[in-house]
Amino acid sequence: MVSEYHFNQTSRNFALMLNVNKIREDFPILNRKVNGKPLVYFDNAATSQTPQQVIDVIVDYYSNFNANIHRGVHTLSQEATDLYEQARIKIQKHFNAKYSHEIIMTSGTTHSINLVANGFSALLKKGDEILVSALEHHSNIVPWQMLCERTGAQLRVIPMNQQGELILSDYDALLSEHTKLVFVNHISNALGTINPVKTIIDKAHQVGAAVLIDGAQACPHLIPDVQDLDVDFYVTSAHKICGPTGVGMLYGKEAWLNKLPPYQGGGEMIAEVTFEKTTYADLPHKFEAGTPNICGGIAFGAALDYMNAIGFENIAAYEKELLDYGTQQLLEIEGLKIYGVSENKTSVISFNIEGIHPYDIGTILDKMGIAVRTGHHCAQPIMDFYKIPGTVRASFAFYNTKSEIDALVNGVKKAKMMLS
Amino acid sequence: MLIKRKRMTITEIKNDIIEEFAMFEDWEERYQYMIDLGKTLPLIDAQYKTENNIIKGCQSKVWVHADMKNDKVIFTADSDAIITKGIIAILIRVFSNQHPKDIIDADTDFIDQIGLKEHLSPTRANGLVSMIKQLKMYAIAYQTQLN
Repeated sequence: MVSEYHFNQTSRNFALMLNVNKIREDFPILNRKVNGKPLVYFDNAATSQTPQQVIDVIVDYYSNFNANIHRGVHTLSQEATDLYEQARIKIQKHFNAKYSHEIIMTSGTTHSINLVANGFSALLKKGDEILVSALEHHSNIVPWQMLCERTGAQLRVIPMNQQGELILSDYDALLSEHTKLVFVNHISNALGTINPVKTIIDKAHQVGAAVLIDGAQACPHLIPDVQDLDVDFYVTSAHKICGPTGVGMLYGKEAWLNKLPPYQGGGEMIAEVTFEKTTYADLPHKFEAGTPNICGGIAFGAALDYMNAIGFENIAAYEKELLDYGTQQLLEIEGLKIYGVSENKTSVISFNIEGIHPYDIGTILDKMGIAVRTGHHCAQPIMDFYKIPGTVRASFAFYNTKSEIDALVNGVKKAKMMLS
Repeated sequence: MLIKRKRMTITEIKNDIIEEFAMFEDWEERYQYMIDLGKTLPLIDAQYKTENNIIKGCQSKVWVHADMKNDKVIFTADSDAIITKGIIAILIRVFSNQHPKDIIDADTDFIDQIGLKEHLSPTRANGLVSMIKQLKMYAIAYQTQLN
């Protein structure tokens, strides 16, 4: 397992094991030109690019295996089912879940979170409390607000400090016998802060609360070991990890998944149906109503194979190098301020230049072929905390290079010159 | 850039703008022009920069205010992002001080012709698409008053 602490232990030896020029050959999109300039893709925290190895799996599936799964007696259906279930096992092994039926295939992180929130509406009552962190993405706030409206439970917020870290002493004070659920992202999408999830989970368990960790931003950089974390629910999306969009997973401990009622009704999720009563299927099918994203699920497995072949330790070490270089280079620009300066962060740099709107910087960078994200990154409470309309966010992946960072720095300098 | 005070039709103004933009050689000149427009023009009276007049894009904010004088709609607007403000200046130049009916009938194809199409794409989230909708809504409302 690559622990959250790994990021403080950069070893140059790891970085040398990653041949970035060779890796870049795997990504056809990196050869593209945008507005006449070579694409510099620094919006990896929004979605990662797809290597040829994963694209090949998608093409191969539709060329040779396309069929509906779990119900056909014919060969194609059986082969497709095998591929899909093999992918589930790959995902199980990757995250070290105890059973493959603890992996629920979903359309992505947001779907996974809604599935759990919906399940909990049957288990919560007035007076119960849900804790969410101040670092959350909107998708991790809204479902809980809706859940609170339905059940009368109360939503409480674990605050953050100026560095963009959660204040753990405040978390301790918020925990009580009323706490039923704690929701925290493993890594903040807006700032890149790595949260101490193991500690957060242990403390929640001491008061009997369940914990859901949103791993959408973490899984491109490290391997969460769900058994070691002892987490109750862990969710992520494939498209952040070199996989396709529209597919993701919910890991849930078997006991919890048995306790939660089904989310959606439909095919696949039933054992027996009469007009009087329906018996639900066993895990994981109870939560997988309808025809799933079969190809997406298989490609998700292929994406994990691809990332594991490069090695997450290599990826983390190389991205740390990019982060340090980018931070150092950007800070040389006068008036530039970086938001989220935790010691424990991934390769995300969220910044502003004094007196300039992030949207303007992003627009000029785009003209130069540089893709960054601007705005509030679906994390408006964080922007309100810093009293800013948004930031420019450059997020690096293992296929980015230092010379691309140089292009970004030059682009920001040019934008500053044009806009000041 | 000279803005003529003698009232021109929407089509005349659009043609002027297209001609002006044709002089720019590359994106940098186009953008520098818009940035300069955004910097220099006072576009809205501070008293109208209210929550009520705000059009929230996902990223930049846009304020719009409308008034009718002598059967013509006068628009003023602003944005917290300077490039957005530059485009607003262009839009105001086209749409403001015109009869409601002409505003309702006008299109924004000229934005495409001057190489700023991407700013009006629905994914852009800068509030400009909503702003144009709002200008038209005002025009429709004022047109009803005239009928």
